[in-house]
Amino acid sequence: MLSMTNVSKVFRTDLIETHALRNFSLEVKAGEFLAVTGPSGSGKTTFLNIAGLLEPYESGSYKLDGIEVTDLSDDARSKLRNEKIGFIFQSFNLMPDLNVYDNIDVPLRYRRMKAAERHERITNALEIVGLAARMKHIPAQLSGGQQQRVAIARAIAGDPKLIMADEPTGNLDSLMARQVMDLLEKINGMGTTVIMVTHDPELARRAHRNVQVVDGQITDFKPYEVRGATPATASMGA
Amino acid sequence: MFGYYMQLALASFRRNPGLTSLMIFAIALGIAVCMITLTSYRAAANNPAGERGEILFSPSLDSWDPENAYDKDDKSLAPNQLTYRDAKALYASEIPDRKIITYKTGDIYTRPDKGMDPHYIGTRMTSRDFFAMFEVPFLHGGPWDAKADEGPEPVIVLSKEENEKAFGGENSVGKTLFWKGREFRVVGVLDHWEPMPKYFDVNNGAFQDMEGAYVPFAWGPILELGSHGNTNCWKTEIIDSFQAFLNSECIWFSAWVELRTADKQQAFKEFMDNYVIDQKKHGRFPRPLNNYLYDVDGWMKRNKVVQDDNKAMLIMAFAFLAVCLVNTVGLLLAKFLNAAPIAGVRRALGASRRDIFWQHLTESGVVALAGGIVGGILGVLGIWALRAWYGRFVEEATRVLPFDEKNFVIVVAIAVCAGLLAGLYPAWRIGRAAPASYLKVQ
Ligand SMILES: Nc1ncnc2c1ncn2[C@@H]1O[C@H](COP(=O)(O)OP(=O)(O)OP(=O)(O)O)[C@@H](O)[C@H]1O
Ligand SMILES: [Mg+2]
Repeated sequence: MLSMTNVSKVFRTDLIETHALRNFSLEVKAGEFLAVTGPSGSGKTTFLNIAGLLEPYESGSYKLDGIEVTDLSDDARSKLRNEKIGFIFQSFNLMPDLNVYDNIDVPLRYRRMKAAERHERITNALEIVGLAARMKHIPAQLSGGQQQRVAIARAIAGDPKLIMADEPTGNLDSLMARQVMDLLEKINGMGTTVIMVTHDPELARRAHRNVQVVDGQITDFKPYEVRGATPATASMGA
Repeated sequence: MFGYYMQLALASFRRNPGLTSLMIFAIALGIAVCMITLTSYRAAANNPAGERGEILFSPSLDSWDPENAYDKDDKSLAPNQLTYRDAKALYASEIPDRKIITYKTGDIYTRPDKGMDPHYIGTRMTSRDFFAMFEVPFLHGGPWDAKADEGPEPVIVLSKEENEKAFGGENSVGKTLFWKGREFRVVGVLDHWEPMPKYFDVNNGAFQDMEGAYVPFAWGPILELGSHGNTNCWKTEIIDSFQAFLNSECIWFSAWVELRTADKQQAFKEFMDNYVIDQKKHGRFPRPLNNYLYDVDGWMKRNKVVQDDNKAMLIMAFAFLAVCLVNTVGLLLAKFLNAAPIAGVRRALGASRRDIFWQHLTESGVVALAGGIVGGILGVLGIWALRAWYGRFVEEATRVLPFDEKNFVIVVAIAVCAGLLAGLYPAWRIGRAAPASYLKVQ
């Protein structure tokens, strides 16, 4: 699904150079649920942004779903991002002046989809996250957990192959966090690859595989066998 | 996608009505000021004679005071009107293809047959070529004939508006009006005719009303009709009769000649000079030889129909529009950058730079559209207000550029173009912003 080899990312300011990723290599299989942990500032978000084609990188190669993305134009990257990736952020990042329905509509609009199909997908996604009754609400009228579920609905509405979640439960209490986690597992169970950055060891344990980023590199490769199950069946059991 | 961008633009206005109104107002103000200034400028700078303006000439002879130039600001200029004697002398030349002498008078007219309230009609004394030279349109009848000029015969041509007042708009050719105790027979009725500026008589005001009636020039001396326009004199003379007035050095006549070839123009200029040289022998024309033959454009320049003030105002107005637009660029930039995190999220959800650019350019366009409409309305209101305060000049001026739907559409289109221009940089900027930097945890 995703394959990074020796990717390096340096942030330069006038005073300092920060090596956010150093020869970062990682492979993620289709259908996998991967948890990424690591200390603050180690490069987890940087990895997600590069993986999500939101940020350029200095060197290395990156294949997304078999496509080498290093030299793609902005239009091509945007299209790829739109079709293959769904983002979930710690701070939800819903559009404050659009209602739930229109928020979920955003990625579908950029895919230039017909109204009827968009409608079907939106209602479908809302069904999955259990918020069909709230589609006319604006984000401010929803709880944090509900907002994050809207964000999840937005991420899955376009039927992406890959969901990237950057501390999706970071702003939620433990009950809501568990609900969101349940949802991610459910989505993974439907065949979508999930990469989740988290600080919560308990949540990380529920993934098929954990990797730790320290100082811009993956430290401990723990193969699937740790969980003793294949990705698909593991999520079903959860 | 355009429909979606429009939707987003409207949502953005709802989020930020204050800033949006400010931008709309900035554009509207610039547009309105330009509109008002352009209106009066266009009115003044208009050349209603078109191409014929190049073969119509107004002669100017320096018959003025030896001690003082006619125009104290530009001493090289000769007077812009003629004495009666000089006007008649120029009119006698056989060189021009057409020629007229003219002045403005007026009086109370009545209708002998049935009740018409006696009323004042501004009247132009002129000769038959007037109508052909200035391409005056007729509804009924036509100009009087050459015989009527010489006679003179009591004939009259009425304007459309005067014919409506006097005869209820019917074909009045052959009917009569009473003037100075004489019956004048209507030979022609004009269609609406209102060249702007009134180029054949700019010295009486380029935006004056048109006359309501036209009568053969030769009636002037007979009926002792004084000028209802400007009269200027420099010499101390005993003027104890109308005849003495006609023979004086006072100027109140205009002449126009049509000279279709360069040869004729040259010949007429020589004729003018020879005439003045000859007159000098009789003790007239005490100043150095200083004659001009102006075409229509030159005549309007010589009489400063378009004043330097007008030009300066126009430049100022466009500079003001530019300032308004620069402000709009700043406001748009502030607004867009303020919403940059949202644009960042859109990028993460699959919007390309191009999508973000067009979305924001559309928003600029909608702001400009609103600014154009508000500006257009402000402009019309402004012109109305000016009319109320300054009266006729502006009223006349606005007639050249009436604010019909077409002009309104043009004004709005200009505003939209200006707004899109103003939006280009902010839209581009926001499209370039790295999305990742806005997605950080707040
Ligand atoms: N735009 C930037 N400019 C300069 N340095 C940056 C930028 N973004 C990230 N960094 C630096 O890169 C390093 C990795 O940052 P990153 O956000 O990936 O960490 P993280 O692992 O996600 O941390 P956290 O767990 O706190 O979210 C940090 O040292 C950070 O200071
Ligand atoms: Mg992070």
